[in-house]
Amino acid sequence: MDVPVLKQGPFLIATVQSALTDADLAGMRRLLIEQVGKFRSRGVIVDVTAVDVMDSYACRTLRDISHIAGLRGASTVIVGIHPELAFTMVQLGLSLEGVATALDLEEGLAYLNARTRPTAVRGNAPRNNAGPPRSGTHPRGRR
Amino acid sequence: MLPVTMRDHPAPAPIPVAGAERIPIRSDRDILLARQRGRDLGRSIGFVATDLTLIATAISELARNIVLYAREGVIELCVVSEDSRRGLVVVARDQGPGIADIHRAMQDGYSTSGGLGLGLPGVKRLMDGFEIQSRTGHGTTVQIAKWIRA
Repeated sequence: MDVPVLKQGPFLIATVQSALTDADLAGMRRLLIEQVGKFRSRGVIVDVTAVDVMDSYACRTLRDISHIAGLRGASTVIVGIHPELAFTMVQLGLSLEGVATALDLEEGLAYLNARTRPTAVRGNAPRNNAGPPRSGTHPRGRR
Repeated sequence: MLPVTMRDHPAPAPIPVAGAERIPIRSDRDILLARQRGRDLGRSIGFVATDLTLIATAISELARNIVLYAREGVIELCVVSEDSRRGLVVVARDQGPGIADIHRAMQDGYSTSGGLGLGLPGVKRLMDGFEIQSRTGHGTTVQIAKWIRA
């Protein structure tokens, strides 16, 4: 099953909607890396709210996406890791070291907006349609 | 080479209370199927959501080891009962190349760094019981168990 990728301004949002096979995960990685170049995206959000199992392969794929997109100049944030998943990942010894995470889509967008302000390296200013800049907002800082 | 067995406590002798379900593992689709069946079976006997995720994840890791290293094998699921508690036993069986050094494969750093290893220490941490038997050239059998918390 393919993961739909939505282009939202300067960002790409991939929403995982069901359990993915290894091939599906690899497909998502390829698609996102391709589209970062095609749309000159500056941020990638991978929404895993619907994911029921995060095993070592899925975890490695997310890490790869983040690192490869980073090499192409786009920041990645993983959102929606639910509590059971987080608990299992810790038990299993899996880490998303070096990968940004945020509670949900809203926090993920806030994180990317803060990271990709108009002063960023690339000249074209992103359209700021997500309200005023939230400089200094930590992705998990609300409440 | 002699078969190597590792047990962390005296082998339990749980009594199967339901016919074992047998899922052939040949591709990454089968990995998904096996963990879904494990989740369904676990839910039907009363495991809580957190434990279902632990079980499904452990099955995913073992099934992937089969696909990656042995190409094919089976996952067996069985509801068991011991004393007054019930649980789920998962057996991952293959006739692949076997593991040359089980003790090394059970070391954390070796197995999980970069996801290149078998992830066996992690699987052991997810479950209540873990047993592995492997013979070079003859295959590997991993048996794991989870008990329903009273």
